Formats: sequence, structure tokens, C-alpha cells
Amino acid sequence: MKGTYLGEFEEVVLLAVAIRIGDAYGAAVVDEIEQQLGRPVNLGAVHTALHRLEEKSLVKSEMGGVTSERGGRRKRLYNVTATGRRALEETRQLRNQMWDNIPKIAWS
Amino acid sequence: MKQPQPPRWATLLLRWLCAAHLLDELEGDLHELFQKRVKSEGLRQAKWRYICDTLSLLHPVLMKSKPNPYPKPNRTDMLQNYLKIAWRNLAKNVAFSAINIVGLSIGMTTAILIGLWMWDELSFNKYHQNYNRIARVMQHQSYNGTTSTTPATPLPMRAALQSEYAGDFSRISLSSWTENRILSAGNNKLIKKGNCVEADFPLMMSVSMLEGSAMSLNNPTSILLSKSVAKALFGSDNALNKTVKVDNKNHFKVTGIFEDLPHTTEFRDVTFLLPWKFFVEEEPWVKRSETNWGNNSFLLFVQIAPKTTFEQVTSKIEGIKARHAKEEARFSPRAFLHPMSRWHLYSEWENGVLVRGRIQFVWLFGIIGGFVLLLACINFMNLSTARSQKRAKEVGIRKAVGSVRTQLVAQFFSESILMATLAFVVALILVQLFLPWFNQISDKQIAFPWGNLQSWIFALGFTLITGLLAGSYPALYLSRFKPVKVLRGTFIVGRFSALPRQVLVVVQFTVSITLVIGTLIVLRQIQHARDRPVGFDRSGLLSVPMTTADLRSHDQALRSDLLQTGAAVNMAESSSPTAEVWSSDASFSWPGKDPDQLGDFGTVGVTHEYGQTVGWQFRQGRDFSRQFSGDKLGIVLNESAVKFMGLKSPVGTNITWNSEQYTVLGVIRDVVTGSPFMPIQPTIYMLKEEWAAFIHIRLNLSFTARQALAKLEPVFKKYNPGSPFEYKFASDEYDQKFKAEEQIGQLSSVFAGLAIFISSLGLFGLASFFAEQRQKEIGIRKVLGASVANLWQMLSKDFVILVVIASILAIPIAYYFMHDWLQHYTYQTTLSWWIFAAAMLGALAITLVTVSFQAIKAALLNPVKSLRNE
Repeated sequence: MKGTYLGEFEEVVLLAVAIRIGDAYGAAVVDEIEQQLGRPVNLGAVHTALHRLEEKSLVKSEMGGVTSERGGRRKRLYNVTATGRRALEETRQLRNQMWDNIPKIAWS
Repeated sequence: MKQPQPPRWATLLLRWLCAAHLLDELEGDLHELFQKRVKSEGLRQAKWRYICDTLSLLHPVLMKSKPNPYPKPNRTDMLQNYLKIAWRNLAKNVAFSAINIVGLSIGMTTAILIGLWMWDELSFNKYHQNYNRIARVMQHQSYNGTTSTTPATPLPMRAALQSEYAGDFSRISLSSWTENRILSAGNNKLIKKGNCVEADFPLMMSVSMLEGSAMSLNNPTSILLSKSVAKALFGSDNALNKTVKVDNKNHFKVTGIFEDLPHTTEFRDVTFLLPWKFFVEEEPWVKRSETNWGNNSFLLFVQIAPKTTFEQVTSKIEGIKARHAKEEARFSPRAFLHPMSRWHLYSEWENGVLVRGRIQFVWLFGIIGGFVLLLACINFMNLSTARSQKRAKEVGIRKAVGSVRTQLVAQFFSESILMATLAFVVALILVQLFLPWFNQISDKQIAFPWGNLQSWIFALGFTLITGLLAGSYPALYLSRFKPVKVLRGTFIVGRFSALPRQVLVVVQFTVSITLVIGTLIVLRQIQHARDRPVGFDRSGLLSVPMTTADLRSHDQALRSDLLQTGAAVNMAESSSPTAEVWSSDASFSWPGKDPDQLGDFGTVGVTHEYGQTVGWQFRQGRDFSRQFSGDKLGIVLNESAVKFMGLKSPVGTNITWNSEQYTVLGVIRDVVTGSPFMPIQPTIYMLKEEWAAFIHIRLNLSFTARQALAKLEPVFKKYNPGSPFEYKFASDEYDQKFKAEEQIGQLSSVFAGLAIFISSLGLFGLASFFAEQRQKEIGIRKVLGASVANLWQMLSKDFVILVVIASILAIPIAYYFMHDWLQHYTYQTTLSWWIFAAAMLGALAITLVTVSFQAIKAALLNPVKSLRNE
């Protein structure tokens, strides 16, 4: 099914939305990712990812208030949905499972 | 401190391309990141990243516009609603709708008729399969300083083409002109037109054979008949291999029957084909012409070989005549090929240069048809925009309940297309009604192509385009209204909103007035030529062609019998019809003639009584008379001939012709021969009874034409038993000369009338609309004491100004074109100022009448009524 697969960048964006809970909008997500990963990200990439996530109903959005630092423009605030949380957990679990299956000998 | 600003062009680009509903948040994000980066990374880097971010935002997902949050009805549901509303609108404003539909359908009818006519003209001669390879051999020849162009060629030309350039032609065929002959079989006698042609002719012209063989004209006693003639002669019997008697002398066997040639070919009058060999044997002068390069009397058709072009062949054969006939070289003859595709539309030369032809009329009428349709579309647009204020509320409400602009555009287009379709249906009915009449005045046999899929697709496209054209302005204009403004009632149309409408009215009237002026001038030119002194008396003059030798042998007995009936007052014979000169000769000489000048005169042979019969008007001298036997060598000149020779006292002058001395007996007033718009050919009349080809009879006016004919017919039956009694009235023949001009006159009258009608229809609609719109204003003015005259003036003034502007524009345009047109005629009317004044006053009068009706109606309305409502 199309909705279940989470791409790597989508996962990062989703995590950033979760970190910035309550104040997760486009610029904030960019800011968060740049801080966490230490590399520049395009605003366009973030927005398209958010758009896709919303289509898969992993996040939901609502229009937020106006702040002066944005020149009086409104922002769209994103929230991780229950499905989104489950998707993140599943991904994490999958990773852990794979970690567990690595034989000790591999690291010698 | 001023904040650092991001690059403006990037912002503009984003605004231009991004979906409107996302713009706010995206711009906000960009702005926020920019400000933050200015602080952390510096202005330069911030700007650079701003641009990168902007470009990355131009993703298709983010450019898609907001999904429509309203329920999405089926397309057909909405269409149903549009059509319902359109229909209600139609029914509510019957007057407006009628004006729209009637105007549009008249415009369409005109456009369809003209379209059919143009199509017919452009596809002329295409019936022949070798259309692209057939040509007629023609010649330019110069004498007395002018070059004339003729399709008549000398007989030896054919043999020369055959022997010298055989490789350039696939087929060559000589032909006689299309002439009347008497065909008889049993008791059936017909006078029909046909040609004498070579055996290759039917194949070259791809005459479609129903029975028999197309190649059979090799035999000098075979004849090919058209289906209709075969039917007329033999009824339902099979005509093949039966015998037909031609001109009461020669017998022919029917060896083939061909499908009647359609009306749209050069050979439409040809109903039978006789063998060329018969023509040569039968007519001694043709036999003599076989070696005579000087006698240009025959038609020569060729089909060029597959790998060559008309231009190449023309350049080869150009000098053929001058090379073979040294004595003809002084006329500098130049032969050329005139391709079949140009026969009909490009066929008038002046001094050896192709000047004009019917193609001009095809263009002219095409433009007029387009204009008339345009006028009707303008009406539609004008009325719709004028009514826009009434419908603005509807637009406002529709927008408020959720219509988006595209839906409104669709609504107005479906409305205008509905109108156009209704108009098209009406137009089809009108076309059916008027096609017979149109065919009659334009001399066509056009049928509406009902069964042709292509024409239906074309008609459908035509209706759609008309609908879109007529509806474009209202659809794009009305749908732009802002609902809040419209519904609040502060909808102001702007100072110049009437300007486009005024411009359109001016365009309409400019076109109409130009057409009216043009028509008046055409009609005046015709009248001018009609008023020209004719030089003989047309009324009650009858002519009978002398088709057989029987008539010639008994002419004195015939004469006395005709006079005895009492129906004929006088009778004479001549070699040409009264108002034509069919032969000319260039070998006359007279005292004082310049040796380089050619003595080229029209020659007519007559009998003694000819002058009295047709009513010659003598300027000097006397008519031929039986009392003087010397009149055998006498001649009568027309005034043009006297002028041409430069004779001071013509009567008694000796003129030499064919080494005989002739004496001038008298000078008559010019008889109009040939085109009544051109100068009259210098003509010499001689007593040559043996040349006679026509009998002219002056009828006794105390009988009606029918009674007189009934009395004359038995006499002709007695002396000419083999042929039917055929006659023509001189006045009918004379009227034939005006046919082409009358056609133009009639057609342009109709078009000009339609243009004026459509324009005034539009004006009527506009005037009634404005009167209605200003009802309250008129009421208040009346209460304050305005008179009816005041109000009438107020309401009419605007329109009158527009029409005056249109007249001022139309006059120079019409003058330019009509001045040009009149140059085609030597005998022309003057462009007097009163024609222009009359057209202008006429247009003003029509405008005033149209507008006043509405204005006065509005002005007479009781102000209580107009002010009470609301």
C-alpha cells in the first residue's frame, strides 16, 4: 500500500515535526533539520515532503497566527498524527530488529 | 534601520507561479529563514539561499491551485442549468432576443450564401479530370498601338504545334465556337448548342460517357449527344446508333451519349459534339483557312505532357505565328497557354496584361459577406454588454453562492452558443428559402450540400466560432465583476466603458454607409449606360436567325407574306444582330488615310429596308434606296467611323475596299453595339443581301406581341419547314448587355440593404436599452419641466454623433474604391457629391427614425410610473 512506506527524508522531516511539537511549520522544520544534521536543506524539499506526508495522513495541519518576524504572514502548523507516530515507531523497530540480527563477528 | 531585503525578482517569480492559496505561508517561511540567515551567515549567503529555496519551491505539487471546496456537480447538470437560465433570459427579453437572433441569422444567411457562391466560383471547371494539365492557346496581337488578346487562333497553328512540339503535348484538339444547330429525329426538332471538335476532345475534357465510345468522332458522320438532348430527341428509346439530322441537311449516327456537362464548366452550353472533319468539309471557309495564318477564328485546346509546365511550353511556342507567317509579323503576335484553372477567374487583358476578372468579385463578395456577419456579431456583443448591468446582480449572486469564474465564462458562452445555434437553424431555413432567388440573380445552380459530412462539420465549426466570437466580450467581461461591489450597488461602469460599444457602432455604420454609397454608384453607372442614346428603336423589334438556306432562297416572298399578315410593318435582313457587330475588316482605305494606319472597321451587310426597320437616325445624307441602282456600291457610316477617318464632309466620299470603289450615302447616329459601357466601334454598313444571317421584323403595335407572333409563325413554318420558329426581341437582347453589371447592382443592393438593416436593428436595441436604463432620469427631468423635444434630443444626440463620424469615415473609403471601379468603364458616370450626401442623409434619417421611436416612447412615459417603483 502506498501510504505505509516512509522515505528517508520523509522520516527526517517527520521526526523534526515531532521534535518541534506545537510550533512545527516550514521554516522551523528547516531550522531543526539543519541543526540536527548539520547540513543545508532546501525549503522546497521540506514543503514537498510535508505535502506528501499530509497526503499519506501522517501529519495534519492548521493555519497558525501571525508573527512580526514573518512580515505579518501566517504560518501553517503541522502535527504528527497517530498514524504518523505508528509509522515512526515501526521504522525504528525495523531498524532495531536489523541491528539485533548483525552477527558479532561483523565488527571484529 | 532598514531591514535587508531579499531579491525582489525571486519573490515576484514565486508569486507569479505558485498556487495563490499557498503563497502566504511559503512567502512567510522564505522571509523568516532569510532574516535569520542574514544574521547567522551574512547578507550575500542569505540572498543566495533565498534564491535556491524559491526555485526549489517551484514544484508541481505546490503550483497546483486549490481544490474546489464546493460540491462538484456533473458537467451536464450545470449545462442544464445554464441552458435553462439562458432560455428564461430569452423568454424574459423577447425583443432583445429577437433582435439578436434575427440579426445574427441574417448575417449567417448572407455568409452562407456568399460562401456557397465563392465555393462554386472557385471550383469552376474542376469537373474535368485533367483540370491541371489543360490549357487554351491564346494570342496577344498589337495594331494601331494597342494590344488585344484573343482566344481565337488560326488553323495552321494546330499543325505547327503538332509537328514541332509534339513532345510537349499529350493531346491537342481544335474546336469551333459553341453554335446553334437544328437537330431533328423523326418529328422532333430542336435548336441546341454544340461544338465541332476533334476526336481527342472528349477524352481531354474527360466527358463522362454513359453509352458508346468517346473516341468515335474520328468518323465524320458520328455525333455524341448529351443525355438530356438524347432524351428530348428519342424519348425513352435507346438513342445509340440512331440517326440525327443536323441543320436539315446532314445525317449523323449517334455513337455515344454523355452525361450533361454541369453548370460549373466552361462548356456548360455544349449539348452535342460533332466531328471536326465534318466542319472542314461542310464549310468552305474553314477549308480555305487551313493554310491561312491570318484568319483567327478557331479555338485550340491542349493538354500538356506530364513532365512540363505551362510556362515552359508558352516560352517555346510564343513566336510560332511570326515565324511561319511573315505578313502577320507586323502585328507582333505572341501565342501563350491560358491554363484551365484560370479560365473562369482570371481572363481579362488590357494591352496584353492580365488586369482583372471574376476573382475580384470573389474577393469583394467574400469581404462583404465577412463584414455582414461581423455586423451581426457586433450587435450581439453590443446588446449583451449593454445589458451587463442588468445581469451584474446575477453574476454577483452566482459568485456569492460559489460559482468560480470558469463556470461563469462557461455559462455565458453556452448562452451565446445557444443563440448562435438558434440563429443557425433560422439561417438554414432562410438559405433554403432564398437559394432559388439567389441562384437566379447570380446565374448559378447552387444546391445546399445537405448530404455532405464535410459541410456539416464546417457549419458546426462556423456556428461555434460565431457563438464564441459573439459571446467573447460578455463572457470575459461580465465574469470579472466583483460580487461585493455588484451586490452592494456601488457598481460603477467607468468613464470609458461605453467606448468599445461606440467604436463598434461606428464600425457598423462605416461599413454600411460605404456599401450604400458603392451600391448607389453601381446603380447610377448602369442607369447612365441605359440612358445612353441607343441609335435605333428597340420596342416591337423582333429578330429571327436564318438557320437554313430555305429562308434565304425565298426572301422576297417571305417579306410580302409577312407584311400581308398585318402583324409586321416592315422587314429586313442583316449579317449581325441589331446591337452587335460580328465581323470586321482592316482593309478599307479612304482619301487622306495615313499609310501606317489600319483601316479597321466593323462591317455589317444589310438589305434596303434595314434602316427603316430598325429606325436609324440620319445625321447626314440618306438611307439605301431601291430607286438608285448605284446604291449597290453605296455605304452608310456611323458617326464613330466618320470621326475615325477624320472626314470633313463624309457624304459622297469614295472608299476603297477589295479593289472596289464605294460611295458614302449617309451618316447615322451611333448604334450602341458591344458593351454599352465602352466606346462604339467605327462601323460600315453595306448592301450585302448574301451575308444575311438575321431577319428583323418591325411589329405592328396595334397587336399584342402574342397575337403578332401567332400570325407570323405560320409564315415561317411555310418557308422554313425544317426548323422551329425561334425569335428574340431586340429589347431583351439589349438588356442582356447589362447582365453582369445588373448582377453586381442587384447583389450589392441586397448586401447594402442587409448591412443597413442589421446595423439599425442593433441601434434599435441599444436605443431601447438606454431609454429603459435612463427611465428614472427621464422621469425626474420631466417632473422638473423638460419637454418631450428636449428629451428626444438628449436620447438621440449620442447616436447621431456616432453616425456622423461613421459617414465621415465612409465617404473617403467609398470614394477611393468606387473611383477605381469606374476606371474600368470608358463610358462612365461622374462621382457627384450628392451621392455621398444622399447616403449620409439616408443613414442619418434611418438612425433618427430608429432611435426616435424609442426616445419618444420613453419621453412620453408618465413620470409617476417610472419613479414609483422600487
